[in-house]
Amino acid sequence: MNRFIAFVRKEFKHLLRDYRTVLIIFGIPIAQLLLFGHVITTEIKDAEVGILDLSRDEVSTKLTQKLLGSGYFKVSEDIHNVNQIENLFRKGKIRELIVLEENFGNKLRREGKAQIQIITDASDPNTAGILSNYTQSIVARFFSEEMAPGLKPLIQVDQRMFYNEELRSANMFVPGTIALILMLISALMTSISIAREKELGTMEILLVSPLRPLQIIMGKVVPYLVLSVIMAVVIIGVGFFIFHVPIRGSLILLFGLLTLFILLALALGILISTVAKTQQVAMLISLVGLMLPTMLLSGFIFPIENMPKALQYLSIAMPPRWFLAALKDIMLKGVGLAYVWDEILILTGMLIGFTLISVRKFQIRLES
Amino acid sequence: MIVNCQNISKSYGGIQAVESVSFDVEEGNIFGFLGPDGSGKTTLFRILTTLLLPDNGSARIDGFDVVKDFRKVRNIIGYMPGRFSLYSDLSIEENLDFFATVFGTTLKENYHLIRDIYVQIEPFKKRLAGRLSGGMKQKLALSCALIHQPKLLVLDEPTTGVDAVSRKEFWDLLIGLKEKGITIIISTPYMDEAGMCDQVALMQKGKILSCDKPDEIIRKDGQQLYSLKAENIYQLLKDLRKYPETDTVFPFGQDLHYTSKEKDPDLEKLKSYLKERGHEKLVLAAITPGIEDVFMHLMEKENPLNEKL
Repeated sequence: MNRFIAFVRKEFKHLLRDYRTVLIIFGIPIAQLLLFGHVITTEIKDAEVGILDLSRDEVSTKLTQKLLGSGYFKVSEDIHNVNQIENLFRKGKIRELIVLEENFGNKLRREGKAQIQIITDASDPNTAGILSNYTQSIVARFFSEEMAPGLKPLIQVDQRMFYNEELRSANMFVPGTIALILMLISALMTSISIAREKELGTMEILLVSPLRPLQIIMGKVVPYLVLSVIMAVVIIGVGFFIFHVPIRGSLILLFGLLTLFILLALALGILISTVAKTQQVAMLISLVGLMLPTMLLSGFIFPIENMPKALQYLSIAMPPRWFLAALKDIMLKGVGLAYVWDEILILTGMLIGFTLISVRKFQIRLES
Repeated sequence: MIVNCQNISKSYGGIQAVESVSFDVEEGNIFGFLGPDGSGKTTLFRILTTLLLPDNGSARIDGFDVVKDFRKVRNIIGYMPGRFSLYSDLSIEENLDFFATVFGTTLKENYHLIRDIYVQIEPFKKRLAGRLSGGMKQKLALSCALIHQPKLLVLDEPTTGVDAVSRKEFWDLLIGLKEKGITIIISTPYMDEAGMCDQVALMQKGKILSCDKPDEIIRKDGQQLYSLKAENIYQLLKDLRKYPETDTVFPFGQDLHYTSKEKDPDLEKLKSYLKERGHEKLVLAAITPGIEDVFMHLMEKENPLNEKL
């Protein structure tokens, strides 16, 4: 036991003396959270649009006011001429153009229909889609309220976004960032720290010593486990206090899940280090093999349902996918163990599998 | 007999690193392996320290098999790998404490063993190991390898890249350890260190060419050695190689060292042969061979370099 404690103390010393790494470990997640929080956002306010009112009658003016009064749009340029349009889009002055046809009010009164054209800048498809949706719903509401007050529309779509009523993106990226950071610290750092011992030749001495493989592995795991739990608390804290991401489920369940995922990531890191002989190889395998799938295949950035079938099957094998699903359920929906037991079971199974493989693969000699 | 090694062979991807090596080491001896880089010394040491599995043959250390009883072997040996293998971000004291604890002992308990070495680096004990000079690093590594009072110390080229004074100091320390009863296996590329060993094995291309006491190796070789010198030393070397009675000839410092195939060579005939080829200021003298001469001689016999030069 003394041996083990001495080993863990040594690991902590390595960790704390390498202040650059510590800085990176604590800096990256916070920078990432703040960046994601302010850059990647699906909310739209004050989007710059153009309105080309070819009719300029009572109805069209009212509709224009209604659109601008919504708070989503603001007019930056006055448009009088069709020829201006292309130039404005090119320069990026407007993201959407709403064209009301000539004799808008008259046509509406006489024929019961008039045309509105919505042109969007789809070089940013997400924003374009959202802007177009906003416009359509405002126009629809305008007609039901102003033009036919007594008449009820045949179908009325009433949307409600459950668990994230305001469609706030923080609720999506905070759990995603937790998965990413825990992968980064646990798997990447552990695999690098074991590969470093191999690279510097100290592993040779550790192997010749009476230390058991399990003691070496556990000694490597404990410091990063502690560090990862601290990081998880920091990220959830930042999410809760700065971005107001709710924590609706039980804290015990939440931390149980976090610990499970951290252990799984550590096991993956050790598995990588049994293959990698140098720190660079370990880093490369961790980044390509773990970080990219965590970002792309876990449902963090792209919804799994939208992926091609082959990638959907591939994502089944990705631990972050299950972690993220359970984490969102617990944090945002506030569900109990009964609703996430399958994800937890899958993660536990993966943990046992990876641990067994890595203990077995851990070499007691310089070659197998 | 603390080490018993029989017909150990090991190859890496088609290259025979160690070929059928057998030797014994008596308790309390310093056993030296001499040989150039790539002669298989490190591979052999890694097999002895249970870090590699031999393809063939067996080795026992204090009665324990290096394959089957590897855990027991690991408890009784102290190993110092060829390159500096301590934690450069830990201080001298922390390194020692760590290895002491790992081996289930304390610095205090075995201080008497490492005192002679440790006093030299103790003034710097708070300094990080990465900031030590080459000689101090070696002393620290030796202290770490000794901390658990091993029966056998395995040192892989500990003096490579260390200055002459530190090398001398290091060997003095080893002699001191030998007097305390610790058996030492050491490898070195420096021929002059052979004289300090009780037994020497000359290694070349994975094989032991000769293995005995240093004086015995020289005596057994039994060759009369001559030193030759002339104005044009390179031409002299080429002409000597063509001389039919020549056994071996190789440059040694500023001279050539020469042995003949004949038991009692006709030196006058040799001199006139060389004079015919226009060599001036020829100096020829009989000398006693050193271990390096024997090594060069054995190496040439094993694979003649004559054609290459």
